[in-house]
Amino acid sequence: MSEPSTPRAPTGAIHDIGYRHYDGARLGASYIRRSLFVDTLRGAYGLGRSARSKIMPFLLLGVMVIPAVVVGIVTSYIQLSSLPIGYTVYVVTFQVAVTVFLGSQSPAVTSRDLRFRVTALYFSRPLSRQQYVQAKYAGMTAALFLLMGVPLTLLLAGALLAELPLGEQLPDYLRAMAGAAIYALVLAGISLVVAAMTPRRGVGVAAVVGVFLVLSGLQATVRAMADEFGNDVFSGYTGLISPYTLVDGVVAGLFGADSSVGQGPPGAVGTAVFSAVVVLVVVGCYAALVARYRKALS
Amino acid sequence: MDVIAAQGLAGVDTVGSSMGTRTVLELARRGVGGDAVALDPGGVWRSGGRRFSAPRSPVHDPRVTKGRTVLACGRRQHRLPVPGAGADGGLLPDMRWRVHRVSVPRATRVEAGTVSLIRTDGLTKRFGSVTAVTDLTVDVSTGVTGLVGANGAGKSTLLKILLGLLPATAGSASVLGLDVATDGPSIRERVGYMPEHDCLPPDVSATEFVVHMARMSGLPTTSARERAADILRHVGLYEERYRPMGGYSTGMRQRVKLAQALVHDPSLVLLDEPTNGLDPAGRDDMLGLIRRIGSEFGISVIVTSHLLGELERVSDGIVVIDGGQLLRHSTTASVTAETALVSVEVDDNQAGLHARLTAAGIAVRSDGRLLYVDVRDTTVYDTVRDAVAELGLGLVRIERQRHRMTEIFTASPDSSRSPSGHGDAHV
Repeated sequence: MSEPSTPRAPTGAIHDIGYRHYDGARLGASYIRRSLFVDTLRGAYGLGRSARSKIMPFLLLGVMVIPAVVVGIVTSYIQLSSLPIGYTVYVVTFQVAVTVFLGSQSPAVTSRDLRFRVTALYFSRPLSRQQYVQAKYAGMTAALFLLMGVPLTLLLAGALLAELPLGEQLPDYLRAMAGAAIYALVLAGISLVVAAMTPRRGVGVAAVVGVFLVLSGLQATVRAMADEFGNDVFSGYTGLISPYTLVDGVVAGLFGADSSVGQGPPGAVGTAVFSAVVVLVVVGCYAALVARYRKALS
Repeated sequence: MDVIAAQGLAGVDTVGSSMGTRTVLELARRGVGGDAVALDPGGVWRSGGRRFSAPRSPVHDPRVTKGRTVLACGRRQHRLPVPGAGADGGLLPDMRWRVHRVSVPRATRVEAGTVSLIRTDGLTKRFGSVTAVTDLTVDVSTGVTGLVGANGAGKSTLLKILLGLLPATAGSASVLGLDVATDGPSIRERVGYMPEHDCLPPDVSATEFVVHMARMSGLPTTSARERAADILRHVGLYEERYRPMGGYSTGMRQRVKLAQALVHDPSLVLLDEPTNGLDPAGRDDMLGLIRRIGSEFGISVIVTSHLLGELERVSDGIVVIDGGQLLRHSTTASVTAETALVSVEVDDNQAGLHARLTAAGIAVRSDGRLLYVDVRDTTVYDTVRDAVAELGLGLVRIERQRHRMTEIFTASPDSSRSPSGHGDAHV
């Protein structure tokens, strides 16, 4: 206490010690970025937010996970010699759930800060705009990776419980997990950019879901036309149109998985093109986000 | 014991801003009466951990304290951390102040105006063809500084430049000795910023939000929780801080915005129009808080407003900008310097006092409930005091009359742009 010369008497009670200065640690940008990453990841599943905002993400996680559990049980019950659904096909099969997750959660990750202008508070702190975008992007990517990785892992667990040989299961599982990581990066990037461009309530959800649905529909239509004309090469390249077929093409071409949409990228050149496009999309989304937030305050 | 005191003196938030305090100081400085002086010592001697004094705390004024016993008063129980001292000692019993003897920690004295807080040199900012700030050169020292100017005068732009968020087109600026162009992150670590606009997400509680913002300033989670709870109490948010902020009133929202700017214990806070949208009571609360941040918390404050009257009440210095240019930079003290008039308010028999003072050869003018007394020399104070005592009156206040800050504008060469009214002038 800062009152040295007065003898302490037992009657004195200090109810309020007034304003206290903070002398503790001030951790640097990497701590802040990590905190924001964790916060974003939790926020994507509604943790730390209202009870209502937990419903959607966990419902969708359930939609992704339950089929994997059911498949595991069925496989072990009727002694199948292989899983009825492949690891690498799983995400594309349940892409609707992933798309809805993107639509419902990416506005919460980005547009919320923009709509309520919380960004001004972030940027008046040590974090730079790039670091803010990195944390948000990484948080959303991690959330998506969980959404896809957890059911895939449960699928593997189910297969092993059904006493299918690990040696047969593991390569495809690893391909699928690598694919999930790429899916997460590409899908998170696109959905965050779309959400950040549409900060108004409700519009973001519709815009994100709309973009993915339109691209998927467009891709299916164009490919059907290409198939009609019998142009296999062009038909293969139509996978570039939709993010899901794009990543599927990379997983098929690069890791040697079976394409889940029939026609993978044509040959080594096709694989290179698909991979390059993935890299371009990720880098482009990051750059677009940084540009978007540069505009946010000035 | 003969004690100098005045009503309002020990008011919790009034040190330095209360006219009552100033009156007492004036009396004490002039050697009037008393072997003791009663002062609300603000945060000087009771802040735990690091000590800090109000820059102009009367407790540190040797003219006030020399040869006298310093008595500390507090209206609230929590303002009385000095244990064991006697009861009220007969001093102003109707206020139920408890009076304690305190020592004055000289070593903690912080002089206002010794440290350069913000320095700009030829600072210019253009947005395309629009020039927001033009060749601005100021040197702002510690304490509470008001930044006044009309809407669009360049106040918010200046704050953003100072935070290192906007690059200046020309010129240079430093904050806390750090260059805004190169040391942006270091500046932002030690500076708090309260934006003018709404910036609170509605779906989280104030506690969660302020904790999050503390962590975004680099505080570890445990410290962030502690600091957030502390600072929310200081700004006056209690039970409601656990509710989502969507249901908050404007006053509460402004408090949360202020709390997030202070939660990391900055050396300087930049407050952009903190009284915007508040009703008169909320405005008073906010101004009181700002004064406390400057004095009790020991944090320097830059506060913008287009209401001059507000800044007059809380700031040590004033920077007036107009059209991005510096119009005037001065201390509030010099702007609101004393006049030779003292207003006296008594609870009864005003006419009797008037007559008695007139009889003593003092020029007195009566205006409503107040008597304006011309103090040509210091003996007038004694005469007033003695007259009040002999008549058995309650002295409500003695207040030195001051020049109003609005007079800057009537006196400035650019007065054509500045209406000179009473009260809050919209500049």
